[in-house]
Amino acid sequence: MSTNIEEVRELERERGQVVEMAWDPITRIVGSLGIYTKIDFGKRRVVDCYSTSSIFRGYSIFMKGKDPRDAHFITTRICGICGDNHATCSVYTQNMAYGVKPPATGEWIINLGEAAEYMFDHTIFQENLVGVDFCEKMVRETNPGVWEKAEKTEAPHAGAHGYRTIGEIMKSLNPFEGEFYREALQMSRLTRAMFCLMEGRHVHPSTLYPGGVGTHATVQLFTDYLTRLMKYIEFLKRAVPMHDDLFDFFYDAMPGYEEVGRRRILLGCWGSLQDPDHCDFRYDHMSEWGRKMFVTPGIVVDGRLVTNDLVKINLGMRILLGSSYYNDWAGAGTFVTHDPLGNPVDPRHPWNQTTIPQPQRRDFKGKYSWVMSPRWFDGKDYLALDTGGGPLARLWSTALNGLVDVGYVKATGSSVLINLPKTATKPEAGFEWKIPQWSNTIERDRARTYFQAYSAAMALHFCNKALAEIRMGRAKTWEPFTVPDEAIGCGFTEAVRGVLSHHMVIRGGKIANYHPYPPTPWNASPRDIYGTPGPYEDAVQDQPIFEENGPAKFKGIDIMRTVRSFDPCLPCGVHMFLGNGKVLEKRHSPAMLNMPEETK
Amino acid sequence: MTPSEEPVIHVLWINAGMSCDGDSVSLTNATLPSVEDIAMRAIPGLPKVDFHWPLVDYRVGDEFMEWFFKAGRGELEQFVLIVEGSIANEEIKSEGYWTGFGSNPETGQPITLTEWIDRLAPKALAVVAAGTCATYGGIHAMEGNPTGSMGLPDYLGWNWKSSRGIPIVCVPGCPVQPDNMSETLLYLLQQLTGQAPMIPLDDKLRPTWLFGETVHEGCDRAGYYEQGDFTQIYGTNRKCLVKIGCWGPVVHCNVTRRGWMDGIGGCPNVGGICIACTMPGFPDKFMPFMDEPPGSKLSTEITGHFYGPLIRGLRGITLDHVDKEPKWRHRGRDLTTGYNRPWA
Repeated sequence: MSTNIEEVRELERERGQVVEMAWDPITRIVGSLGIYTKIDFGKRRVVDCYSTSSIFRGYSIFMKGKDPRDAHFITTRICGICGDNHATCSVYTQNMAYGVKPPATGEWIINLGEAAEYMFDHTIFQENLVGVDFCEKMVRETNPGVWEKAEKTEAPHAGAHGYRTIGEIMKSLNPFEGEFYREALQMSRLTRAMFCLMEGRHVHPSTLYPGGVGTHATVQLFTDYLTRLMKYIEFLKRAVPMHDDLFDFFYDAMPGYEEVGRRRILLGCWGSLQDPDHCDFRYDHMSEWGRKMFVTPGIVVDGRLVTNDLVKINLGMRILLGSSYYNDWAGAGTFVTHDPLGNPVDPRHPWNQTTIPQPQRRDFKGKYSWVMSPRWFDGKDYLALDTGGGPLARLWSTALNGLVDVGYVKATGSSVLINLPKTATKPEAGFEWKIPQWSNTIERDRARTYFQAYSAAMALHFCNKALAEIRMGRAKTWEPFTVPDEAIGCGFTEAVRGVLSHHMVIRGGKIANYHPYPPTPWNASPRDIYGTPGPYEDAVQDQPIFEENGPAKFKGIDIMRTVRSFDPCLPCGVHMFLGNGKVLEKRHSPAMLNMPEETK
Repeated sequence: MTPSEEPVIHVLWINAGMSCDGDSVSLTNATLPSVEDIAMRAIPGLPKVDFHWPLVDYRVGDEFMEWFFKAGRGELEQFVLIVEGSIANEEIKSEGYWTGFGSNPETGQPITLTEWIDRLAPKALAVVAAGTCATYGGIHAMEGNPTGSMGLPDYLGWNWKSSRGIPIVCVPGCPVQPDNMSETLLYLLQQLTGQAPMIPLDDKLRPTWLFGETVHEGCDRAGYYEQGDFTQIYGTNRKCLVKIGCWGPVVHCNVTRRGWMDGIGGCPNVGGICIACTMPGFPDKFMPFMDEPPGSKLSTEITGHFYGPLIRGLRGITLDHVDKEPKWRHRGRDLTTGYNRPWA
């Protein structure tokens, strides 16, 4: 094809063609995700969007009839990056079902493990996976104008992080060659070592059990953790201001960038990190101990806190079908008609769900996903809550609630204060995360950096508490229990990328029903039976395009940034498809070399 | 030789088995060697390696997939195929897919994992199964599973050999121990460039130097076992865990010697029962995990200095049983896991 013809075609496209574009799979996430988009290059907007998963494994099916004590060993294997969050959630669920309260030392050990998981996972995701979307190599390819500006823009916090310009920050994020990229990989290992001290193995723990942990709790254990933690905190004193500089630059360099990935504020956080002084894992006390968690649960709609009550959060859960490859379970039997407080439980609640797979061809006009559509029913609407990738909802809910105050961390009602003590070469540092104006791509990413600091600061508190127990001679980490013949349980926590719940029903001493709901089904869900799109679909749809390339060299970077801002974790893979509207041309991914163009 | 003429070994990594991506994540945790060490050639004699690994790849979509299509068309001279996740049986249903990796440009439907294996395995220099799901089926091949999942040797055949005569290389572990994975990869790269002889594998296709010993043989609590000092509770002490569910005596794994990462963490050495996650019989033959293994009752009650040979004999019987996969992990149109298919 001659260059002239190509140029003319390029111009025509720029003038207002709607082009279908696909990226499948999306790399630098966990699991397989594909994006099928339709973009209006005239208006520089994404037109419409569908989201679909490409894997079904059937946990809820093969867990039936198994020993309930195996639940955490099995469910940790749902996820290869935050599997321990599942193990933790399952252990919470089992504690409720068995009526056992672990010793405080055991709980502090779990909290230290989970805090290390947040530190590890956010670090590797932010710097080694998401960070590449903001690196020199990428920005040069997608927005040469922005790169030029970055090279000339001085970094406001250069004194704190050592990079003179935004361009230098971007260079440090180049894969493998960038020094910050490599340092982050090492930090992800340091924090995983901290995790392994507490939970044995990353990512499927060996020392977690209902009733507590098998970890040998000694002064050495916590010293080994604390010494590493302080090195990580020193790293954070550079990482937090560096990311503020980088993200603020994007707003400055591309006015209107706040619209990228923006959606209505519909955030859910199920709370995380239990306080053993309050949590007894009894359902009838759940509203109270839920509010004592070190990350406060909450549903935030349009900036307003709707509830922080875990019982209400639990009862509002609904699992809808509509675009998923399953048969409806109406008539398959109800397991739980009322919760232990006497409240009615809906047939579409996870306690009552039966999973009936129906494999079929992918049809974007009909059923196109293995993901179901979890929604939260507020009495009127089935809300498609998202998690903001995890940190955005956690910080937002915690800030609004204003309940957390441990010295190192304090929630103020409108912000979260994080105080980090002196480290080897840096003085103490205070950071304040303020509730942002938008629930958008940049704020999801910014919150991640702040939540790394939040977790590290919390870990200092947990370390102090655990050491106090050990010094008092209270090294017991596990409490015996028996498995009842009939029982129900539920667990709520935060997986790294957002809300996580497990629901279990025991009959005849065996698992009769078990349904985990991780963050990705919430975020990546397809259109439900009422036609409400899932959060990815909603966030990508209608977002503006800032990439300077036309369709021929288009990399879809603004869309990639939006999808990755949710921290997709898709061992239940997800595909996105942009449907509706006029299709003028269909292309597979940009810059493809040998792919034939299909023209409709 | 100029740098541009230097041969490249491509590593094509497919994470689209029934997996959790935990083996990919584990590899980022390796330090001996690390992925940077391999990618940046920080070890003498390493060839130029181009990773096509979804977890960290700069490229996205078709730019990424193009390498897999090229390899399938025979246009990549040298590549190693790594499969992560169990192999779902796509034959047990009439339509749809259990798992896809990229889409078929003609039909718009996902390309299944088995289709990719059929295309790529015959052309690969070596094929590696990363993690217990890929090696033997693992958690997703549990009794009652709806997908008919199996391990890569069940799919390709246990006697399968690559174009270079290398059997499937199995690195089990759920997830794989980080350094076990990176070290095996390093060995293969050295073998493929003529610096090392054929990789030594046992009858379950595991590298012998990594899986030749049992968890128990490397366990620092084995002294308590010898003294008949068993704990009945989790945590609190460092006694032997066999009575509370540890399968260490019959499990091939080096975690107690190596730790989980950089010598830190692990299983019975740090208070976690061994649930046998490296074994072909995992998980079914070891559940319920928190009960005392049936075979250990007798052996832990025998005392006196004649017990050694006797225990070795008893363990041989148990080991033979748990070192085999359950019978429902196989190819074909029949689903024999015990699940009743609701689909046509």
